[in-house]
Amino acid sequence: MFLRLRLPLLLTLLAGLIPIIAFFFKDDATFIKKPNSWLEQDMVIVSGFALLLGVVNVVQSNVRKIERREKGWLFAAVLLFGMFFMGIFGAAGAMRLGGLPGIGNYPNGTPTPFAWGSVYMFTPLQSTMFALLAFYIASAAFRAFRVRNLEATILLVAAVFVMLGRIPVGEGAFGSVTEWMMQVPNGAAQRGIIIGAALGAASLSLRVILGIERSYLGLEKSE
Amino acid sequence: MEHFDASRLNALVLFIVFCVLVLTFIGRARAGGDLFIRKIAGLNAIDEAVGRATELGKKVLYVPGIQSIDENQTIASLAVLSHVAKMTARYGTELDVPNKDPLTFASARETVREAYMQAGRPDLYNEGIVHYVTYDQFAYTAAVSGTMVRERPAANFLIGSFFAESLLLAETGQASGAIQIAGTAEVAQLPFFVCACDYTLIGEELYAAGAYLSREPSMLGSIKGQDWTKAAVALAILLGVIFESVHIFPAFKQWISIN
Repeated sequence: MFLRLRLPLLLTLLAGLIPIIAFFFKDDATFIKKPNSWLEQDMVIVSGFALLLGVVNVVQSNVRKIERREKGWLFAAVLLFGMFFMGIFGAAGAMRLGGLPGIGNYPNGTPTPFAWGSVYMFTPLQSTMFALLAFYIASAAFRAFRVRNLEATILLVAAVFVMLGRIPVGEGAFGSVTEWMMQVPNGAAQRGIIIGAALGAASLSLRVILGIERSYLGLEKSE
Repeated sequence: MEHFDASRLNALVLFIVFCVLVLTFIGRARAGGDLFIRKIAGLNAIDEAVGRATELGKKVLYVPGIQSIDENQTIASLAVLSHVAKMTARYGTELDVPNKDPLTFASARETVREAYMQAGRPDLYNEGIVHYVTYDQFAYTAAVSGTMVRERPAANFLIGSFFAESLLLAETGQASGAIQIAGTAEVAQLPFFVCACDYTLIGEELYAAGAYLSREPSMLGSIKGQDWTKAAVALAILLGVIFESVHIFPAFKQWISIN
C-alpha cells in the first residue's frame, strides 16, 4: 500500500509544491531554488532511463513481429536495421571508436556513416512528412470552407480576406483588414481559450498535487 | 522574507483565491452539494466511438499526444485513456496506444493495465497494447499515419499535446473513415482538429475530462472552483478595460500586470 499508493502521492505532492513555492522567491533563495533545480535535473535523468525502456519495447515488439511473420513484418525489419545502424554508428562516433572522428564528417569532408544516414536518409524523410502538411491544409480547408450554413459562410468570407491579405498581390488592399481580423476577433477568441485552458491546467495541477486526480498512476479515487 | 519576490505578489493573491475557491467547492461537493456541470459532446461521444469500433470488429487507436508526463495535457489525456481502456476491456475491443515520449509510455502502460484489471478483464491485457514508437516527431507521425492507413481503426482518439503533426494525423484519420475525437489546449492546433475531427475538446474541456468522466464529486468540485476563478478573472479584465478607457486607477493595470 505504501509503495503503490502513498509514496507516489507523497512524491507528487513534493514535486508539485516545490516549483510553486520557488516561483514566489528570488534567485538568491537557495533553500528553495536548489531543490527546484534538482527536480528539473531529475526529470532529465528519469527520461533517460525511460527512453531505454522504450528502446527495449521497440526491439521486443518488432522482433516478435518478424518472428511471427505478421502483416508488415518487413517494415519492422527496416525499422530495426535503421535503429541499430544509427545507434551503433552514433555511439561509436560519439566515443571516437574505430577511427571515427565523431558524428559529423571526416576531415576530407566525406560523411561518417551516422552523418550519411542523418543527412541523406533521416532529414529527407522528415522533410517529406512535414511537406505533406501543405496538401492536408488544402484538403482540410476545402472541407471547412464549404458553404453549408451561415457560420460556414462567415468562415469562408473571413478566410478569403485573410488569405488575400497574406499574399503580395493582396497585401496592399486587404493587409489592414487581415491584421484587424487576426488581432481583434481572432485574438479575443484565442485569449478566451487560453485563459480557460490556463485555469483548467491549474485546476488539474491542484487535483494532482492533492492526490484527488490519480488516473495517471492507474488508480481510482477509492483506492 | 527578504527572499520573497514582491513583484509576484499579484500572482500569489490569485493563487490563494484560486486554491480557496477550488477547495471550498471540493468540500461542498464532498458534503453532497448539487453541482451542475454542462454536457461536453466530445466526452459523451466516447461511448459511441468505442461502440462503433466494437460493432465493426476493428481497433481503437489512442494517441496521447507527443509531450511528456510533466505536461498537464498529457495527464488529462491519461485520464481519458483510462476511461477508454475500461470500455475496450469491457467490450473486448482491440486497443492500440502508440507513444512518442518514453515517460508517457510508462505511465500509459500502467494506466491501461490498471483499467483492464478494474474492468475485470486482466486476461485481455497484453504488453503490445501500449507500445513505444520513436522520440522523433515526424517519424512518430509517419508510424501512426501508417497504422491508420493499413489497419483502418474504427475510432481514433487524438487527445493531448500536439504540434505540427496534428493535421497530418487528423487528416489521415479522416481519410480512413474513422470516427475521430480530438482534444488539445494548443490554441494553434485547435482549428485543424475542428476541421478534421468529428468532436474536439477545446482547451479547458480537456482538463475537465478526467473529472467529467469519473463523476467523482471532489473532482467535479474543482471544476466549479475553476469556473468561479474564471469569473473573477473576467471581472478583473472588465474592470481593467473600464479603468483604462476612462483613465482612472492607473495603479490597477500596473498591479495586475504579469511579471
